[in-house]
Amino acid sequence: MLAESLTLSAALFTIGVIGVLTRRNAIIVFMCVELMLNAVNLSFVALSRLYGATGQVFVIFVMTVAAAEAAVGLAIIISIFRHKKSVNLQDINILRG
Amino acid sequence: MENEFYPLFYQFNFYLFGLIALVSAIVFVTRKSPVAAALWLVMVMFALAALYVMLGAEFVGMMQVLVYAGAIMVVFLFVVMLLNLGHPSELNDIRGKWGRIAAGLVGLALVAELLALGRSSVNTNLVLPAAPAGDVAQGTAGIIGPIAGPLFKEYLLAFELTSVLLLVAIIGAVVLAKKRSAVAVDTETRHAR
Repeated sequence: MLAESLTLSAALFTIGVIGVLTRRNAIIVFMCVELMLNAVNLSFVALSRLYGATGQVFVIFVMTVAAAEAAVGLAIIISIFRHKKSVNLQDINILRG
Repeated sequence: MENEFYPLFYQFNFYLFGLIALVSAIVFVTRKSPVAAALWLVMVMFALAALYVMLGAEFVGMMQVLVYAGAIMVVFLFVVMLLNLGHPSELNDIRGKWGRIAAGLVGLALVAELLALGRSSVNTNLVLPAAPAGDVAQGTAGIIGPIAGPLFKEYLLAFELTSVLLLVAIIGAVVLAKKRSAVAVDTETRHAR
């Protein structure tokens, strides 16, 4: 099942990348990033059968970091929404100069 | 492991959940409404949790359901509803021509890499290392034992730092999302003058 897992992981990662590139809603872009993290987790778990349980330890770390990232990122989105009244990435261009 | 006893059943379920994850991910990316997208992403995460359990990582599968599908997605849905994102101008958020072309190129490149990887001679025959598998099967270390061992020995420092990271995230989220009081805004504008 290793080959299938790694293929599925790569496919999910690709879908996540495409979502990040094509969507303009900041929240959906965030969810695509979560999908990419999940894809990497799947390959960690699949390879942990081959190389021992350390891969699962890394999955725990990835989940923790993802939780922290989601909390801070969504707080930033709320903060931006207060100023701009929008979460559309095209409206958030104050750093463009 | 499981596939010793019912190889066909195991394989069928593995492909079934893999297919559910893949189709849900595609539907998730193409939804316009953030709420629908979030719910489809929950579907992906449940399917992935099932795959984790089938791959012998029961604890990770449980954490996936609790942390990802349970906590993180609730935070996402909470923010979507807090910001009241549902009006039509927000819905059509898929990028125009150049965004689609860029995404198509990147997608093609990644799929090409995938195919190249599939053709390369990676040793895909799953050979389980004897000792840890026996440990798990006999129940001497349990399910969490093989994870807890390295987590609290080799990676203890990283584990402790993770707690600091979570604390920082909590404080940062509260500070960022807190509505500034009128007094604070007033003093800020006075300083700006």
